[in-house]
Amino acid sequence: MEEILKILEEIRPEFDFKASSNFIEDGLLDSFDIVTLVNILEEKYQIKIDGLDIIPENFSSAESIFNLVNKNKN
Amino acid sequence: MFNYNNITPPPRVVSDYLDRAAKLFPDKIAFADSKNMLSYSELQRRSKQTAAALISRKLFKQSAAVFLDKSVECIIAFMGAAYSGNFYTVIDTKMPFARVKKIIDTLEPAIIITDHKNFAKAQEFAGRTEILCLEDTENIIIDEALIKSVTENIINLDVLYVLFTSGSTGTPKGVIIGHRSVIDYIEWAAETFNFNETQIFGNQAPFYFDNSVLDIYSTLRNAATMYIIPQSCFAFPVTLLNFIRDKNINTVFFVPTVLCRLANMNIIDKVDISCLKNILFAGEVMPAKQLNIWKKYLPDALYANLYGPTEITVDCTYYIVNREIADDEPVPIGYPCRNSNILILNQNDEEAKINEQGELCVRGTSLAYGYYNNPEKTAEVFVQNPLNKNYRELIYRTGDLVHYNLKGEIIYDGRKDFQVKHSGHRIELGEIETAVSSIKGVEFCCCLHENINDKLVLFYSGNLASNEIRKTLADMLPDYMLPNICEQLDKMPLNLNGKIDRAKLKARLKEF
Repeated sequence: MEEILKILEEIRPEFDFKASSNFIEDGLLDSFDIVTLVNILEEKYQIKIDGLDIIPENFSSAESIFNLVNKNKN
Repeated sequence: MFNYNNITPPPRVVSDYLDRAAKLFPDKIAFADSKNMLSYSELQRRSKQTAAALISRKLFKQSAAVFLDKSVECIIAFMGAAYSGNFYTVIDTKMPFARVKKIIDTLEPAIIITDHKNFAKAQEFAGRTEILCLEDTENIIIDEALIKSVTENIINLDVLYVLFTSGSTGTPKGVIIGHRSVIDYIEWAAETFNFNETQIFGNQAPFYFDNSVLDIYSTLRNAATMYIIPQSCFAFPVTLLNFIRDKNINTVFFVPTVLCRLANMNIIDKVDISCLKNILFAGEVMPAKQLNIWKKYLPDALYANLYGPTEITVDCTYYIVNREIADDEPVPIGYPCRNSNILILNQNDEEAKINEQGELCVRGTSLAYGYYNNPEKTAEVFVQNPLNKNYRELIYRTGDLVHYNLKGEIIYDGRKDFQVKHSGHRIELGEIETAVSSIKGVEFCCCLHENINDKLVLFYSGNLASNEIRKTLADMLPDYMLPNICEQLDKMPLNLNGKIDRAKLKARLKEF
């Protein structure tokens, strides 16, 4: 989970992701950020994220992103 | 079904479109965003109230800066300016302050139209310019006779909008477009794509980007409906497809980046978007590989590649895809739009022959009046037609290099300033980009020339290693066109319009 937060902070250093309860509703990640994040996650964890999984619920918190990565690892 | 194409002649000013639609379909939804919907009668009433506010301030042929979040309220402001004989400029509320300031300094608007939400922000750059909040016009009683008398004094050459495009020097240029140019373009689009009142547009383009002119004014012209697609849909592809399906959207005019992303993710067939019948695209090169993926999943839709800089009113050429295009072949930009005359001028300013490259120049009613408060830049690109020695006739030099192929289709080769001399060879960077785009695994790419050390630097995004790219390219391009450096990026930087930000990548060239 810490790793995920670190990636997010690299993409958007100006935001405090720990203080947000919903990254999407709080406007911390825009469309370009999601594309970047997916690319980084795919490369770092050697996974392929299905386009159908790129939905707001899977990117709303560090935990949901973590779960998305784990789901694809398995 | 009511067929507007039988109506002649076309109207004089764009507010005639709204008057006609409001008379025929007063209760029909004209524009909708995620919060509000406006019927034609409501839009007409609110626009006239806004016009009345401008008329009461004695504003005529003056500039109104529209500073609102992207919403249906923007349309009220645009049409308010149009009814009152003024013209509008869209200022994005998310634009960096420094850029807003540059635009305001050039435009010197007579009034700023905003809302309560953005009022404080508008005050930061307004200076002494008056700020009008749309909410404060809601109780104005419309004097129809007064508005009619003002509207009658507008001629079709009067300015409708000034949209700012990025300038290579960093100072935005305000492109001045008149009513007649927009009407000419919109009438052409309606006839070419058989638009009528059954059209449901899904709008992607920001309103400061002139692709939105097609969406907005085609909606008004045909008494159709336009949904502003929420920005979040462009982050989540399935959400976008669901939105298209749920709103029954049948017509979109997207930048290729959006279409490519959906194609690259292989999800077009995961949601039933068979409602989508017209897929138009413009703004940058559409790679054939991704177009073919779309065609595979939605074979019955009409696909059209449109081309044109803001300076000639949205588009001046179009190509309805009606033949197979190989993955590594460029998608033609096609043929001139009606009432646009395309001249392809070679280096001697003579008309280029088939397969000979030249600069695309445009002549016609679509031409902008130039750049706002910028006669020097205007004189550089709006010039006398060199083929006409007998009388004054302006053409716009686009700076884009094109050629006619053997089929007589116009093929886009790249920007004039993207043409480089590398190892003694004249190279079109666009040609390298077309080759790279066709490689499986590449999402986006941009090739630049670093002229101090004479290196070709390729930036790309996708899951392919750089040595793989070079290996594949070696089979596609001559040695002298192979990039010296292939730099993989997590994401391709994009500018405000969603196009690849070449300036940002150019700044990185010194690293190599």
